[in-house]
Amino acid sequence: MAPARRSLGRDAAALLGLAVALSACGGEGGGGGGQSEASRVTVFAASSLTQAFEAMAEELEEDSPGTSIRFNFGSSSDLATQLEQGARADVYASADEANMIRVMDADLVEGEPSVFVKNKLEIIVSAGNPEGIRSLEDLENSELVLSLCNEECPAGKYAAEALDKAGVNVEPDSLETEVKAVVTRLQVGEADAGIVYASDVASAEGEVEGVPIPAADNVIATYPIAQLTDAESAAGEFVDFALSKRGRAILEEHGFLVP
Amino acid sequence: MRRPPRALVLLAALAASFFAVPLAALAWRAPWASLPEVLTTEVVGSALRISLVSSLAASALSAFLGLPLAWVLARVPFPGRSVLRALVTLPLVLPPVVGGVALLLALGRLGLVGRALESFFGVTLFGTLPGVIVAETFVAMPFLVLTVEGALKGLDPRYEDAAATLGASRGLVFWKITLPLAAPSVAAGAVLAWARALGEFGATITFAGNLPGETQTMPIAVYTALLRDVDAAIVLSLVLVAVSLLVLVTLRERWAPQA
Repeated sequence: MAPARRSLGRDAAALLGLAVALSACGGEGGGGGGQSEASRVTVFAASSLTQAFEAMAEELEEDSPGTSIRFNFGSSSDLATQLEQGARADVYASADEANMIRVMDADLVEGEPSVFVKNKLEIIVSAGNPEGIRSLEDLENSELVLSLCNEECPAGKYAAEALDKAGVNVEPDSLETEVKAVVTRLQVGEADAGIVYASDVASAEGEVEGVPIPAADNVIATYPIAQLTDAESAAGEFVDFALSKRGRAILEEHGFLVP
Repeated sequence: MRRPPRALVLLAALAASFFAVPLAALAWRAPWASLPEVLTTEVVGSALRISLVSSLAASALSAFLGLPLAWVLARVPFPGRSVLRALVTLPLVLPPVVGGVALLLALGRLGLVGRALESFFGVTLFGTLPGVIVAETFVAMPFLVLTVEGALKGLDPRYEDAAATLGASRGLVFWKITLPLAAPSVAAGAVLAWARALGEFGATITFAGNLPGETQTMPIAVYTALLRDVDAAIVLSLVLVAVSLLVLVTLRERWAPQA
């Protein structure tokens, strides 16, 4: 028993020392250290915007060296909850209007939100479309492993609307909580088909394919963006960039529709 | 020694492969060629640092606060003790996301306690390393409390009684007799708490956010990478596995009582 006692105290001290040393050595590299005159804009954005927004931030940071952008990507509703509970952010971009309204109701939006991008639904299938899926009707085949989002997430809600409009009854084999999880299922071969945004198909190009859904059945998601109250002065730059010609071009490259 | 029963050995082998095969699958599917490239990205470095610092700090904090709580639960009879014990056990069964929301409501900037933290001390936890540590401690501390409480109850009371009859004060008995006797269980509890904190995802992303370089831990980085690139997610997972194994092996050799 005695040796255990001695080594416990020593190891606990070593452990704490290690933690302190690690946090100290990472201080500068982490980006949290220097808060000089540079403006750091915090953007809370729906996870479907991940790649497009990262590309935008890269260009914006190059154009205006004093500005740095950091992101908090998550589901629109989680982000809205964080904002309602006082998390500080300068810009919020939601994948639906309902969550933007929540943030507006909490008096956190400066001015008016603008719809900066739209997204249509597509059927997602494995590369080469081995099951030969051509339409929503083809998803009725119960042999198919079908992956959808649950209706709490906007993509799931829209998919249900689209299926309803097409008069198609499906039996999904998985209900994901997030649209990217459907993409992942297709990428790892766990599902034969799913319904996701066109932008999601574009983001996994090569591994998956999109089958268009006709406009009559399709549901278009609208993404609003807004500057938040007490935002960093450079917050407007990011919003403006997202609405600019260049910003729209980047969004289009990533499979979004621009209004 | 007699030959062990064949059925037991077979079942044990099945259990072992149940753990080994998924790990082997990760290694098998890993894009080894792009490994150095992914490993040297800033995001991985900062996520690894944040994970190590926060999990070690959460483990230390769990020991610092959890040990007294375990002692009270084990030694002080009072009405409502079983309610308190249930309360401590709750984070073990609660989905971590729910814990994160509850923490946000309590310690967020507009929360019950967070409001005071902000106005009196100017402290906000969202988006900060201390926020990550708080979320991890919330889910990790119960492991320490329950481990240590069990050990304290199993201690032979004669040592403490003897010290007391020889004139030692209650405090002295705790420091000189109880604590050294309970040391191995404190160490085991701290390791369990550390492991739980390292793998923590739900409470952390909800309460502290997903900010690369600040609150993005390894599990959150894996999740975020999965949104854009399965290969990167696999590499990150492998890193997490390697670090966990390294620390567990090191700690086991030094701390855990060998059979």
